[in-house]
Amino acid sequence: MTPGIVLFPGINRERDMAIALTRACGHAPRMIWHTETDLSGIDLIVVPGGFSYGDYLRCGAMAAQSPVMAAVRDHAARGGYVLGVCNGFQILTEAGLLPGALLRNAGLRFISADCHLRVERADTVFAARYQRGQVFRAPMAHGDGNYFADEATLDRLEGEGLVGFRYATPGGEITPEANRNGSARSIAGIYAPNLRVLGLMPHPEDLVDPLMGGEDGKPLFDSLAAA
Amino acid sequence: MKLTVTIMLKDGVLDPQGKAIGQALTGLGFAGVGEVRAGKVIELDLAETDPARARAAAEAMARKLLANTVIESFRVDTGGA
Repeated sequence: MTPGIVLFPGINRERDMAIALTRACGHAPRMIWHTETDLSGIDLIVVPGGFSYGDYLRCGAMAAQSPVMAAVRDHAARGGYVLGVCNGFQILTEAGLLPGALLRNAGLRFISADCHLRVERADTVFAARYQRGQVFRAPMAHGDGNYFADEATLDRLEGEGLVGFRYATPGGEITPEANRNGSARSIAGIYAPNLRVLGLMPHPEDLVDPLMGGEDGKPLFDSLAAA
Repeated sequence: MKLTVTIMLKDGVLDPQGKAIGQALTGLGFAGVGEVRAGKVIELDLAETDPARARAAAEAMARKLLANTVIESFRVDTGGA
């Protein structure tokens, strides 16, 4: 698995992501500046978290129009793997690679806290090292993580099994209290229909070493490395 | 010519910002404040001088970038022109 990380001005989680990918894959990811358009040789494109273009206009709106995102769209259309985390998830929705949008958190406040995610399916290249129904901890750090899509889109996502992760209690229950940003149907992460594009709001890359406080996010990167 | 694009969250999309503004207004003692919705206004100065063509251009810009039509609706005003 050869990964690459896309960099936009204002992105700030690329180093964390590089650490997680380097550990899992055994080699460092290629860092790809937003003006680049040649993604040849890369299997997995990661769009990391941060505040691309200062969140001007809407989170991810400007980044979605950048030259590299046209190349990422082509990569996805060829069946390439794409992972967008936090701002990366917002960028993927703005770029039309995933449906819906991420709205302001229902409580209006930026949330910097751990959450628990329930694995809704494990038969994907992203989640193979988890078990279906497994709950793991992940740090969240966002002001706009409230997943929204119209009812028809939500029904389609559920019907086609494209909901990857939901906010849950540590015991795996889906409750309003565990869904702190107010996301529709507690959705934290969704797949594209080919299961090769994943958008995820919390940060698994920030729990991949005991020194970080845990290794809950490591299976996601190990899954990708083994793909 | 100058145009104004007004972008609002669609009906049915939760607007916590508008709700917070409404609560603050009520808290300040303004009586009878009903629903408050918050949006944004973008002013464009286009080289195009024909109002119909300028409007069409602004609408294309709104669909492509200024608004996210998954969650937002927009209105283009040409200032009466």
